[in-house]
Amino acid sequence: MSTPVIALSGASRVYEMGAERIEALRGVDLEVASGEFLAIVGPSGSGKSTLMNVIGCLDRPTGGAYAIDGIDVRDLDDDALADLRNKKIGFVFQSFNLLPRQTAIDNVSLPLRYAGVSRRERRRAAEAALARVDLADRMDHRPDQLSGGQKQRVAIARALVTNPSLLLADEPTGALDQKTGNEIIALFERLNADAGVTVLIVTHDREVAQKTKRTITIVDGRIASDEANVEVSA
Amino acid sequence: MSLFEHLSIAFDSIRANPVRTFLTTLGVLIGVFSVILLVGLGDAVRAYVLETFAGVGSNLLQINAGRQETRGFRPSSGTTKNKLTMRDVEVLERRGFMLDGVSPIVLGSGELRVAELRRNVIVIGVGPRYVDLRNLEMGRGRFIDEDDVDHFRRSVVIGQTIVQELFGDKASPLGQTIYIASTPFRVVGVTKKKGKTFGFDMDDLAFVPATSAQDLFDVETVTHILARAKDRNTVDPAIAEVKDVLADARGGEADFTVFSQDDMMDMVNNIMGTLTFFLGAIASISLLVGGIGIMNIMLVSVKERTREIGVRRAVGARWADILLQFLVEAVVVSLIGGLLGLGLGFVTIRIVAYFQPDLPVALSLSNVAMAIGFSLAVGVLSGVFPALRAADLDPVDALRYE
Repeated sequence: MSTPVIALSGASRVYEMGAERIEALRGVDLEVASGEFLAIVGPSGSGKSTLMNVIGCLDRPTGGAYAIDGIDVRDLDDDALADLRNKKIGFVFQSFNLLPRQTAIDNVSLPLRYAGVSRRERRRAAEAALARVDLADRMDHRPDQLSGGQKQRVAIARALVTNPSLLLADEPTGALDQKTGNEIIALFERLNADAGVTVLIVTHDREVAQKTKRTITIVDGRIASDEANVEVSA
Repeated sequence: MSLFEHLSIAFDSIRANPVRTFLTTLGVLIGVFSVILLVGLGDAVRAYVLETFAGVGSNLLQINAGRQETRGFRPSSGTTKNKLTMRDVEVLERRGFMLDGVSPIVLGSGELRVAELRRNVIVIGVGPRYVDLRNLEMGRGRFIDEDDVDHFRRSVVIGQTIVQELFGDKASPLGQTIYIASTPFRVVGVTKKKGKTFGFDMDDLAFVPATSAQDLFDVETVTHILARAKDRNTVDPAIAEVKDVLADARGGEADFTVFSQDDMMDMVNNIMGTLTFFLGAIASISLLVGGIGIMNIMLVSVKERTREIGVRRAVGARWADILLQFLVEAVVVSLIGGLLGLGLGFVTIRIVAYFQPDLPVALSLSNVAMAIGFSLAVGVLSGVFPALRAADLDPVDALRYE
């Protein structure tokens, strides 16, 4: 059996605000294998954002353990976490979060800059990533020259460009209309099916979650249910 | 991440906001410009003054009446008890073996008149050696000679300005009579044109024998005594000798002060150096203001780009990457301002040099280095705080920032 991409065991996250203690995560056990396509759902305040931050190595659990690709994040310092985000995780955000004054290809190359990849190699990889999201003809457009769906596809290309172990999407359809949202989900599906990319979507939208293969429901900082979705259809 | 990458990111950001960047650089631009200009002008004036002093003659000593133990050159005190006289001049001429010439100087002024034309000029009573001690050159005729001094002759040597004003383009003034305060003097020589020194017309002077000047001004003393050491290396022994000889002749009382030309140069150097320093210090205040401007804009920029910082952190930027991004941007902005200020300073200095060809004003290499150094320092100092603020942002908070 290969190493799971995500391995959380008894993970908790407690915020201390003065005298107040907020337990955002209360002992989460979760394993995600390479090549999975799953969703984490939960109402706001359920702890799903905290869980996403922990999985995305933006935050560290205060208790329990988390390993991504077998690497235990408890032992890592801030710089090592940054490197881990760079190599292992591709983020896709609700509001795209593209750098406004830069072209699509420059946006997509951004993670490679921090990886120390040469300019020529960056360009080649970014072109390939944009081609994977069908935006080869929009490489030199700036975000304000792109539609919402195109922006999100640029963001997905940026997430893919480092060939990460995990594509982590936070409400990726939240800022899009229904049709465009469906196209984005279909793109994730295709990337997962054709290239075996592990995709984790965090959403409050059960309908979106239903399109993945596995839905994990978070309530009150705990996993309330973890079930396989019966039928996946576009 | 390499420095080149950080520079490239900084230029991306600058390109994104060209107007704001330019306005931000203005503070540093003006600061560097004023430092360059004021320090450059200060240096030029100092060089000009020193050059002028050197043109006055070399290895000169000036003996003033009255004693002064403290350093620094001051004009002779008029109210001193024991004044210098022609006897002191003779003693120095006779016994000053280290000296290469001595001349009394009796300063005064008087009305010169030729026919109906009158002109007030400075009249200097001198000895025959004055002409070579002060590097004067004769245009026509001769200078005051020993006979003139010994026999209290009414001889006068005048400068070109006086010739122009009193004689016009008439035939040679040589042999003509000038009345100085109603006493007739015969023109024996005309000095060569020397031009202005410190704005003072060196050709508007009249030289008469020191003895005649004493008669004219009704004094028994000389204002001071000018002497010259044989060469550069004997200036100090010559001073010692002058002190010995004079004190001996004056009954053991050293009630006089000897200044060397170096003392005067030192003084000028000191005054000009202090002046330049203060000018530079005042100009630096505008640099400080420029730095505060950069810091202010960078703080706004960090706030504005909080989300961008979050995204960069999410895709793998380390703490130091964010720190350097903003620090390099501040330094680049400051450096652009500095270079623009340098360019503007260069142009201004060229313009000043064009209109004031006498002033050796130039942009020295050290001033260029200073301008670049200052703008680098301003950039780093004003960038550190905003950059730390950016780098210390928590990635999760930064990504959530609206």
